[in-house]
Order: sequence, then structure tokens, then C-alpha cells
Amino acid sequence: MDYVIEMLNIRKEFPGIVANDNITLQLKPGEIHALLGENGAGKSTLMNVLFGLYQPEKGDIKVKGKPVRITDPNIANDLGIGMVHQHFMLVDRFTVTENIILGKETTKGGKIDIKKAEKEVREISERYGLAVDPQAKISDISVGMQQRVEILKTLYRGAEILIFDEPTAVLTPQEIKELIQIMKTLIQEGKSIILITHKLKEIMEVCDRVTVIRKGVGIGTVNVSETNPNELASLMVGREVTFKTDKTESKPQEQVLEIQDLNVKDSRGLGVVNNLNLNVRAGEILGIAGVDGNGQSELIEAITGLRKSESGSIKLNGKEIINMPPRKVTEKGVGHIPQDRHKHGLVLDFPIGENMVLQTYYKAPFSKKGVLNFKEIYSKATKLIKEFDVRTPSEYTLARALSGGNQQKAIIGREIDRNPDLLIAAQPTRGLDVGAIEYIHKRLIEQRDQGKAVLLISFELDEIMNVSDRIAVIYEGEIVAVVDPKQTTEQELGLLMAGSKRKEAGGENHV
Amino acid sequence: MSNRMKNIVVPLVAVLLGVLVGTIIMIATGYNAGSAFIALWNGAFGEIYYTGEVVRQVTPYILAGLAVAFAFRTGLFNIGVEGQLIVGWLAAVWVGVAFELPKFIHLPLAVLAAAAAGALWAFIPGLLKAKFKVHEVIVTIMMNYVALHVTNYIIRTVLSEKSDRTEMIADSASLRSPFLEGLTDYSRLHWGILIALACVFLMWFLLEKTSKGYELRSVGFNQHASEYAGMSVSRNIILSMVISGAFAGLAGAMEALGTFGYAAIKGGFTGVGFDGIAVALLGGNGPIGIIFAALLFGSLKVGALNMPLEAGVPNELVDIIIALIVFFVAASYMIRIFIDRISKKGVK
Repeated sequence: MDYVIEMLNIRKEFPGIVANDNITLQLKPGEIHALLGENGAGKSTLMNVLFGLYQPEKGDIKVKGKPVRITDPNIANDLGIGMVHQHFMLVDRFTVTENIILGKETTKGGKIDIKKAEKEVREISERYGLAVDPQAKISDISVGMQQRVEILKTLYRGAEILIFDEPTAVLTPQEIKELIQIMKTLIQEGKSIILITHKLKEIMEVCDRVTVIRKGVGIGTVNVSETNPNELASLMVGREVTFKTDKTESKPQEQVLEIQDLNVKDSRGLGVVNNLNLNVRAGEILGIAGVDGNGQSELIEAITGLRKSESGSIKLNGKEIINMPPRKVTEKGVGHIPQDRHKHGLVLDFPIGENMVLQTYYKAPFSKKGVLNFKEIYSKATKLIKEFDVRTPSEYTLARALSGGNQQKAIIGREIDRNPDLLIAAQPTRGLDVGAIEYIHKRLIEQRDQGKAVLLISFELDEIMNVSDRIAVIYEGEIVAVVDPKQTTEQELGLLMAGSKRKEAGGENHV
Repeated sequence: MSNRMKNIVVPLVAVLLGVLVGTIIMIATGYNAGSAFIALWNGAFGEIYYTGEVVRQVTPYILAGLAVAFAFRTGLFNIGVEGQLIVGWLAAVWVGVAFELPKFIHLPLAVLAAAAAGALWAFIPGLLKAKFKVHEVIVTIMMNYVALHVTNYIIRTVLSEKSDRTEMIADSASLRSPFLEGLTDYSRLHWGILIALACVFLMWFLLEKTSKGYELRSVGFNQHASEYAGMSVSRNIILSMVISGAFAGLAGAMEALGTFGYAAIKGGFTGVGFDGIAVALLGGNGPIGIIFAALLFGSLKVGALNMPLEAGVPNELVDIIIALIVFFVAASYMIRIFIDRISKKGVK
């Protein structure tokens, strides 16, 4: 059997950790090969080894049967290996074509031959069904399109083997479907693909084979046709994983959050939350389902005081909190797991310990007469790190150095520990693996069972269906329907999210 | 190599490279580099008088360095230390000549006036940054010129009768110390060094140990997360500039109340405020680093005065060496890569 890429018994060490140990990955021509593992399992390290960013301590790499030494990404490019990064590497102000030719510009008499480049880009785009406009500016096109530009970039450079690093993490369900179609086209055109992911559904849908790594160790490679999601999950995590979140019936009590006729404008001054009505009661999880960009972010920002509301009322435990500064809102009893943990959730250059008191540093016992008590801060941090299973070398490690899942666990620990009446969880499991997702869902339900109100915002329908006790569908800044997850289907929700049933949902929109 | 070690090694290498390139320039221009450096050393530490002068020079350097570093740690670039220093100088002299008070009131009052003036001068760019997002670099640069010319005007018209300097400040407002002068063969060494060292401690304590410092650092690293956590980003920006400006104002007080005892019309900037940027940069924006960096620049500045006398080398060469050191610190990325390479090879 021939392989286009063989990574044999790869070992890569960093000071203090073995990131990859004895991992073997063999890619057949024309297959989609999944690389599955939890966050921090060593998937990215392995791919960076293949891409020439890291040098392995042990092991061999063969491309089309020939042993190679890949010492930098240019060599990887020359060998026909291209990487579609999770975080796009694009210049916003450049056009699609300019981005694609960047570093490989064809010139004519010292000038860039943009016409020729555009033609080439268009040809490749059409051949693989990418439907990218070569003249569009990056800042004007959607995230899904930007990803296609990344794909085009690798193809333009003659890649035969494409590595996709968690490509669906940033996409909407519709875009995911399109991406899967594109991947299939690529295979038909003779390319081979390595798909880094922890989403089992995608693996089952598109992949031929899957290589699993757990905590840096290669577990093995299996044929997708001979396995099932449960088996893959337990291979990945090393124990049985339940997909259906276990929970009892909710016992909702008094109203904790009550929003009436809320209007919020976005940064451009457009009304993005329009006469929104919503309430969340103690002891229930209300899930907000909706396509990204329908006012979810602005709604959360309005509740937490990060954005000014134009009009309406937001009541917490019966008291008005609209347009209160964030600190006041926090002190009144709102916990907030922010959508973007790097931007809002953590100060990445602070030690993880200091991040644990981000909202409470000024209060006793962490601060007395304005002087910080680091002993108290770090003993709290140690407690939370243990309780919420945050895997970190120490409390003094910079938050930046932790994996996404552990950063998220730290934030969740911090927010839950403040014992808020209302816990807002915005995309709490974004980019996390099944183990971490399961854990976070359990914690959210635990909060509910302790009589807290939980407001969950997610673009993942599975998550909304699994965790929520009630589902409110948001469309163009309005709640268009509130449904019972047990009596609805993904199809119905999908239609509601697309705004189709808006009129029937009633003119009142009261929840 | 650990990060901590690197933070020490990188500035050292930068200094060595600066000296090395300085040597090459001296040789290329036909001067005797060896005798130049001996003259430099003698001019700084050859006699106790010179050492006293070095410490005197180090005093405003420390404070100017603290001013730059403090703002920097909160994510702001205070280029206006020079202007804040000048207004602090003027304020200290003003208080020094205008009142007759017992020393234990007069001296602290003059020192605080300088700090307040510097703080006020930095408050303006802080406010503009916080409220209108005007970049502090531009405003502070402009404020330097405003400071220079406004103080000149006040010296000429308010504090003197069309003269180009003020009277001497009252003894009760002076930092001068016959004891320290006697100790150092009548150099101009004054008590200000104690204020500077106290401020080093103050900056460290404020930033690292207090909840306000936690806020300032948090805002410096990540404004979004700070806002999310309920901190007021704009208030912290203003506060940071004000404290930074107060340190700069104190640097002015050192010149006003310690070294000179008066304020004179200036044709141009003192340069101390700008050197403060270099001090902070070389000192890695940390309190201890700033002391050492100030010591280095202070001894270079004072020692340089001896170079034309003893070795016939123009003292401008020292300015070139200082500029080179700053260049190499700013280019420390290069040095870091180099160190990484060497230490990697060492391991293998």
C-alpha cells in the first residue's frame, strides 16, 4: 500500500512535557484522514512537525515513500503540503487575489501582473467549486469565504496534501455543509486531506480513516466505516462518554431575569436588538438559538452593562439594571462566561491565579485597604483549579500558556464560584472537545439544579437541544418563538432561526 | 535560558554592543578608544567628586525612567516626560521663591508642587486619550513644546524682571546637603536620591502589591477583559498618566531644588525626559532594572565630560554610544534570537 505522507513514531518534547510520543500517521492518496484528539492532546504539535515549524526529537517523515527532513514551512510547501489554519492569515485590506499571491507574486517588468493572477485564481476557484470572487476585499467577505481563500492559497501554491486545522470551529451550519462539499470535490480532483478536529459528527460524515491521539500518545488508526461516534469518543477521552446530557426535569421558580422591549444598537448605530422580550427563571436553563449575528452578542453586552441600551427594561430579581456599569451588574449577581475568552474572559499575560480574581480582586479577603493579599488570591486559585480540573503546570503559569479547554474551565470556575443568581454562558463550549463539553454542560446543569437561572447562547443546535429547558429563538434581534426542546425538532428550530415562522409566532412576541 | 535570565542578559549584551560599535567609530575617526574609555571611567568614578556628580545625575534619570515605565506598564507611551519634567521644575522653583516657610513645610510643598504640575501636564493627554481616543504619543510630544515655551515665558515675565533666570529658591525649600557635598568633595550631590529610591519602591509596591496596580496592569494588558471585569478603562488610563506625570514632575524637582536651585530660560529640551525613555527601555520597565539603567546613563553622561580633557575625544561620542545602546535594546529581538540559537546549540 502506498502512502503520500507517512509520519512514523514521531516524538516531540518541550521543556517539561512530551507533546507527541510515538505517534504514527499514514495518509493514503485521495483520502480524508481525520486526526482526532482532545484539546492539548498534541494534534497541532504533530501538524506543526509535518509543516516544518517544529523539529521532532525522534521519528521519520516520508513523503510519497521518500524520507524527508522538513526544517521549515517552505520545504513543506515545496513538497506539496498546504495548511489551512484555524486562525486565518489574511490581510484584511487586500483583495482575495492579492492575499493569494502574497509571497508568490508573478511580475511583469517589475509590476505585479494582477490580471494574470486573477485569472488563475478564478480558474482554481471554479475547478474546485469554491465560488470566490478574486476581486473582493477580505474585509467585505464572510468568515466562510475567508476560509475558502485560505484553501485557494494552498492550492495556488500547488498543494497536493491539505491540512485543515479545526476548519468548522468558526463556521455556521450552512457553511459547514458547503465546506464538506468542497472537501469532497478536492478529493475527487486527486488531493489528500488531513482534517484536524474533535467533532465526531464531521468525521463520521466525510472521513475515510481516523487516527486518534490521547495526551500526546498515538492510540491508533481506525476505518470510519468500522466504527461509531461512541467508540471514537472513548478512544479519544480514554473512558466512556455520554452524549445525551443527563438531567432531571427543571423546577423553575421565581423570575430572575426579565427583559422588556429592549432596544440595542450595534457599533455602527444599527438597531440589532429590537423590542426584545425575554425572561429566565431560577432553576431553569434558557437556551437562545439563532444564527450568528442576529443580536445575540449585543443582547449579552446590554445585560452585562458592556453596551448601552437605547430603551426598554432589564430587571434582575425585580430590580432595574439597565445601563448599569459592568461592575454594578456583576455585584448584583450576574456571572458571565464570555463568547471570546481571549478578548474578554482572561488577561492572557496575567498568571492564571490572578485571573481567578478578575472581578473580585478589590474585595476582602483578596484586598485589604487597597493592598492585595496574594496568599488569599492564590489559595482561592489553587482551590478553583483543583475543583474545576484546570490542567496547568502551576497557578503562576500565564493564562496564555493554557489550552483553550483549560482556559475555559478556569473562567467557568471563576464565574460559578462567585455564586451568581444569573449565569450567562455565551458559546461556552466553542472550540472544545467532547470531554470538556460534557464537563461544562454538567456544570451548567448543576447550577440550574442549585436554583440558579442560566442563560445559554449557542450557535450549536445540538448544545441548545441537549442542555436547555426552554429554547428561545432569536431572529433579527427579536425573540420569534419560545419552544420546549422535547417537543421540537432541529428542522423546526432551523426554520425558526431562518425567520420563516416569524409571522405565525405572533405579533406580541411575549415570552 | 529562562526568561528572567534573558531579561538580564539582553540589556547587558546591548550595552556591550553599544560600547563595541562606539569603539569602532572612535577608531575609524582616528581617536584612541582605549584612553577614551579610561577617561570616561575616571570621569565617572576616578574621584569621589565625580561619583557624587554621577549619583546626582542618576537621581532625575531614575524618576524619568519610572515615569516612562509606569505609563508603559499600563499600555501607554508617555513621550511627554520631558515636558512634565519642565513644568515640575518650574512649579518647584515657583514655590521655592514665593514663600517663606519652615523647612519641614516648605520643602515637601515644593516637591509636591512639582509632582502636581507634572501630573496635571500628563492629565491632559490622559483625558484626551480616555475620552476621545486621541493618541497619547502625539499629544505628549506637542505638550513638550508647550511646556518649554510657556515656562520660558513665565520665567521671563512672572518670576523675573525680563531676566533669563529666576532668583535662587529659599534655603528652606532646598534639597542641597552640605553633608553630602562634604562627603563627595563638594559635588552637587543632594538628598533627592533618597526621594528617587523611595519612588522606585513606591512604583513597585503600587503596581505589584495594590489592587489599583492590579487594575492598571490589567488595563495595560487587555482593555476588553478589564472592562468585562468591571474596571473603568478610561479612569485607569487617566490615572496612569497622572502618576507617570507626577514621577516626571519629581524629576524636575530634583533639578530645581537639588542641582540648580533656580529655573532658567531654556533654548531647548533638557534631554533628561527623553533619556528616561532609554532608561526605562534598558531597565526592562522594572524598578530594579531602572536603577541600574539610570546608573549606567548617569555615569556615561558625567564621565563623558572628562573625555575631551583627558583623552581629547569629543563628549558627543558618548551620546552616540548611548544612542547605540538604545538602538540595540530596541532591537533586542535580534539579540534574543541570537541567545536562543547559542543556548540551543549548547544543549545539543
